[in-house]
Amino acid sequence: MITFILNNKTIRTSEHSGMTLLDFVRYEQRLTGTKIGCREGDCGACTVLVGTLENGHVNYQSITSCISPLGNAHGKHIVTVEGTNLQNELTIAQEAMKANYATQCGFCTPGFVVAFTGFALSNSEKNYSNALDAISGNICRCTGYKSIEKAAHQMVSNLKEHKTQPNFDWLIKNGFVPDYFSTITKRLQDLEVKDREQPKGKYVAGGTDLYVQQADHLADNSVHLIAEKNYLKGISINDNVCKVGTNSTVSDLWNHSQLNMYFPRLKAHLKLVSSEQIRNMASLGGNLVNASPIGDMTIFFLALNSDITITDKNQKERSLPLKNFYQGYKTFDLKDGELLKDISFTLPVSQSVFNFEKVCKRTHLDIASVNSAIHMHIADDCISKAHVSIGGVAAIPKYLHNTSKFLNGKSLTPETIIEANDVLQNEIAPISDVRGSSDYKRLLARQLFFAHFITLFPKQFTLNDFVQHA
Amino acid sequence: MHKHKSNNILDSKLDTVSISIKQSIKNMDSYTHVRGESLYVDDVNVRQGTFHAVVFDSPKAHGKIKHIDYTKAEALEGVKRIFTYKDVPGKNQIGGIIPDEPLFAEKEVHFWGMPIALIVAETELIARKARQLIDIEIEELPVITTAKQAKAKGSFINAPRSFSLGDTQKAFKDCDYIFEGETFSNGQEHLYIESQGAYAEPLENGTIKITSSTQGPTAVQKTTAQVLGVAMHKIEVDVTRLGGGFGGKEDQATPWAVMAALATYHLNQSVKLILNRHDDLRMTGKRHPYESTYKIGLSKDLKILAYEAEFLQNSGAAADLSPAIAERTLFHATNSYFVPHVKTTVISCKTNLPPNTAFRGFGGPQGMFVIESAIAKAASEIGVTARVIQEANLLDENDAFSYGQIAKKVEAKNTWDSAKSIYNINTLEKEVEDFNANNSNFKKGLAVMPITFGISFTNTPMNHARALVHIYLDGSIGISTAAVEMGQGVNTKMMQIASNVFSVPIEHIKIETTNTTRVANTSPSAASSTADLNGKATLKACKALLERLKTVVSEELNVSEDTIELKDEFVYINNKKSNLSWTELISKTMLKRVALTENAHYATPEIHFDKTKEKGHPFAYHVYGTAIITTTVDCTRGTYEFDSVKIVHDYGKSMSEGIDLGQVEGALAQGIGWMTMEDIAYNEEGRLLSNALSTYKIPDLFSVPKNVEVIPVETTGHELAILKSKAVGEPPLMYGIGAYFALQNAIKAFNPNYDLKFHAPMTPEKVLMSLYENN
Repeated sequence: MITFILNNKTIRTSEHSGMTLLDFVRYEQRLTGTKIGCREGDCGACTVLVGTLENGHVNYQSITSCISPLGNAHGKHIVTVEGTNLQNELTIAQEAMKANYATQCGFCTPGFVVAFTGFALSNSEKNYSNALDAISGNICRCTGYKSIEKAAHQMVSNLKEHKTQPNFDWLIKNGFVPDYFSTITKRLQDLEVKDREQPKGKYVAGGTDLYVQQADHLADNSVHLIAEKNYLKGISINDNVCKVGTNSTVSDLWNHSQLNMYFPRLKAHLKLVSSEQIRNMASLGGNLVNASPIGDMTIFFLALNSDITITDKNQKERSLPLKNFYQGYKTFDLKDGELLKDISFTLPVSQSVFNFEKVCKRTHLDIASVNSAIHMHIADDCISKAHVSIGGVAAIPKYLHNTSKFLNGKSLTPETIIEANDVLQNEIAPISDVRGSSDYKRLLARQLFFAHFITLFPKQFTLNDFVQHA
Repeated sequence: MHKHKSNNILDSKLDTVSISIKQSIKNMDSYTHVRGESLYVDDVNVRQGTFHAVVFDSPKAHGKIKHIDYTKAEALEGVKRIFTYKDVPGKNQIGGIIPDEPLFAEKEVHFWGMPIALIVAETELIARKARQLIDIEIEELPVITTAKQAKAKGSFINAPRSFSLGDTQKAFKDCDYIFEGETFSNGQEHLYIESQGAYAEPLENGTIKITSSTQGPTAVQKTTAQVLGVAMHKIEVDVTRLGGGFGGKEDQATPWAVMAALATYHLNQSVKLILNRHDDLRMTGKRHPYESTYKIGLSKDLKILAYEAEFLQNSGAAADLSPAIAERTLFHATNSYFVPHVKTTVISCKTNLPPNTAFRGFGGPQGMFVIESAIAKAASEIGVTARVIQEANLLDENDAFSYGQIAKKVEAKNTWDSAKSIYNINTLEKEVEDFNANNSNFKKGLAVMPITFGISFTNTPMNHARALVHIYLDGSIGISTAAVEMGQGVNTKMMQIASNVFSVPIEHIKIETTNTTRVANTSPSAASSTADLNGKATLKACKALLERLKTVVSEELNVSEDTIELKDEFVYINNKKSNLSWTELISKTMLKRVALTENAHYATPEIHFDKTKEKGHPFAYHVYGTAIITTTVDCTRGTYEFDSVKIVHDYGKSMSEGIDLGQVEGALAQGIGWMTMEDIAYNEEGRLLSNALSTYKIPDLFSVPKNVEVIPVETTGHELAILKSKAVGEPPLMYGIGAYFALQNAIKAFNPNYDLKFHAPMTPEKVLMSLYENN
């Protein structure tokens, strides 16, 4: 049995755990406020909230229910737009949308309302930028978003008195959520949630890629859900080495205060990876085993020269450098029954710098044409050690062995960087596809390589140091 | 005489909405929208035993069907039946303007995604699985994907159309400058977030009720009747609302509704057919790609003396609305400019893409892009900014359009001059110049985009609508019109009209679903004119009812009719409140056996067009405006942002300022999307490559302009606009064209060797390649 609370109702269902949460709420529960726009997590019309009990508190996050397996709702509180409705009045999020003309055809609207409600319930600081992040996965074709920006401002101003940590009593009193929210912590604690025996079948973590590719197949075949496996979770730091469980989500990195200290631009980088809804679901392990040549997090970890640990059915473990994991297009060194357990890397020290670049048709919520990351130790204007990775220009997410090696020991000058680009160009073999022509990707690879240095050393370099134009 | 005068005053009162309502009125649908309670097709409570359908479509763009084997699919448990053209009892034909499009392919397929069969099963998932089990063998034929290829092969939809004014050949001889060139603008996917769909259910006596997500209920009704071979009164079409349309559901909502009805006809069971996103993207047409050539001639003082253009429209595999869209390209080929000598030709080219269709602007944007390109090219060659040429040629009062209409109440210069002074364009240009002088990693570009857009269906007979207004016993009001609510706020505008005439709160008024049994033989909700046509009909019906009510008051209170006024739910006599309330008045009217229902018909006066001469007066009026767009290009990465769009727009006298502003902002974002990131791609075999939301990107929150300002220009409005509030749906989309030229200017600031290109959309790929070309 899958057991969870849906809005104000406890659900016990023997439905297939691989069916999507969206289909369950829309067609089994007839909660039709949750809309179907794309079924691949790219529009946000199906946004729902997931409340998870953590240390006696319920932590709410937004997700796209179209690519989330029903089984992952086990033990959680799922909130649809109907679950935010008050008896005879509008909630603050709803009123903000209405008052600012932020709804036209109305089809995307419930997704925005739920995402804004998630913002109110979340741990994040209640500022405008975070309010926009909360709806970064919601597409609207009617409004042009200016009215929705006004609604975001209204949300923030209504939350001024609210502390960062969610206070359900305050949110209920002030009309953000209905009063049953005060009962949820206790009800989740009391919910009889037994770990379910997972059947043999496709391993599914967050589901953000698998459900885009094969939702129909997963809907009525056995799936082995691993999102709840605790031994795959957690981020730990010991002796300057960071170990990240593969079940960690991109949001787990985002929210990790120490990592944000080590990577001061971490949030700016992760913002480019995906929308908040997807960051809340997508597991890092999933990104690695998806083996996409342009997997953003893969490129990120490659430049950190990460190692990965793999475990088999008997909990026997083996480790290898991530850069040796990939063998060819979508093929990698993982045997049947093996699971990726964790990713570990040495944290940047004071003399080291890290940067991540990504360019696509649309800056946010898009797949890269080319992405790249770099990690360097710098001493006295000299590069003592460099790791460069690049995606979208080869069959695999690429660690640039030769370019990295070339940079080692070189002085930090435009000449070095321009020469390094020549090495880089010999290491890549882009092909033309819907994300760009091979000529474009080659030029973009050069430009992003230069962008690393312009971004990391703004006082030292401008674009003019690297390119000639009239 | 006295009476006549006072009625005029009353009329003018009825014809304006109070300023406080204009400014405060919210979209009346928003309450249920934000609560997730608004009903779209897929939300309708279906009947027990409803079947679900999935379309089996062609996996090749062009070929002969040699063999199809459905046996494995039919054998799958839960599959009810598979329908093909052989199951069509009437005509297997859905073409609207030209009967050239079968519902289901028979012997040949003409585009990738062309429907071949309908699989009906107990669940959608089963139907989709069955689709995988169909074996098809197609003998491939040559595939045409571009308009140029089609022209070379002589593959056309219909005969070319040409508009002309003056004598271009002679005029070119007087020109000091002549420039020629080519342009391309790509298609655009509508991407209504609610995909296409319909739900059909059997009623008694062979009647079928279809709930459809369509902009054109009558088109659905008529086509279904034709395909099933039944009378139109056997088909009822009902539309509550659409989750976006943008033209994509004007004609192309029809086939899915017809298919669902066909299955219902045979199975006598309810059938639901909702296209999933991939099917929708693959099977439906989009905005037409255009390949065009132009020749522009100017005098020394930069007056455009002559302009010629040939537009090759990529129409796709069937006519759909292409001929009408081609026509509007000609109507808007000179945008906001007066050109004394014009010759424009449009050719609808038949290709092996899905039939392209209506999309906000309806061919107008494609035409405007070409003349703006010609001006940009001329400016660059002559060595002035495009703004100087644009400004020198703006349309004036009594100027003639190439199609013969004389421009009246022209606001082209007014909006242009207002934009210049309100936003201080010299300062804006100086800021861009200074920024570019001081920055090497980023460059800014600015462009000005004027628009002039004609309002009316260019096919004159379509400009009509009806409204059915009921006042119920308790004083509440129900209104049915032909208008389909799809986010444009037309329901709210209809409510405002009735509320204004009867002086009752808007909560007393309900806008009913759009239903062919209540309002018949309608034109689609399109051409920006839905509020005008249906609003005028509603106003007419409400006024007729008001007159009737006044007669009752006059008899009841023994006062003359011209002293009577309705105000705040009471009857006022000579501006004094009487004891007679709105609800009492309605009861008394009923007791007197006076009808509380009115059905009014409205047809736009004054308009006409003669296609044999290509001259006439096709538009009720024009909408004008000017936008100033500024962009910043990241010259390292080739990415860009739009800093601001500053608009002066001619709303006439807007009746709902918040709703109309929303139309401007939304259309602008769509226009910019079309010009920048929205990049439709087909491969040479005619397969759609941008076939998902992961590969076709529309603007998101972070990619729209940082700052959008819209200032209404003070105008008197137009009598043919509803309450003098001008149509607003399509015109602002064309402000987005300025985005293209702003980018060109920014690129040029970085790379002086760059040759201007007129090949939209200007994706980050093209920007980066342009920044570094010829170096």
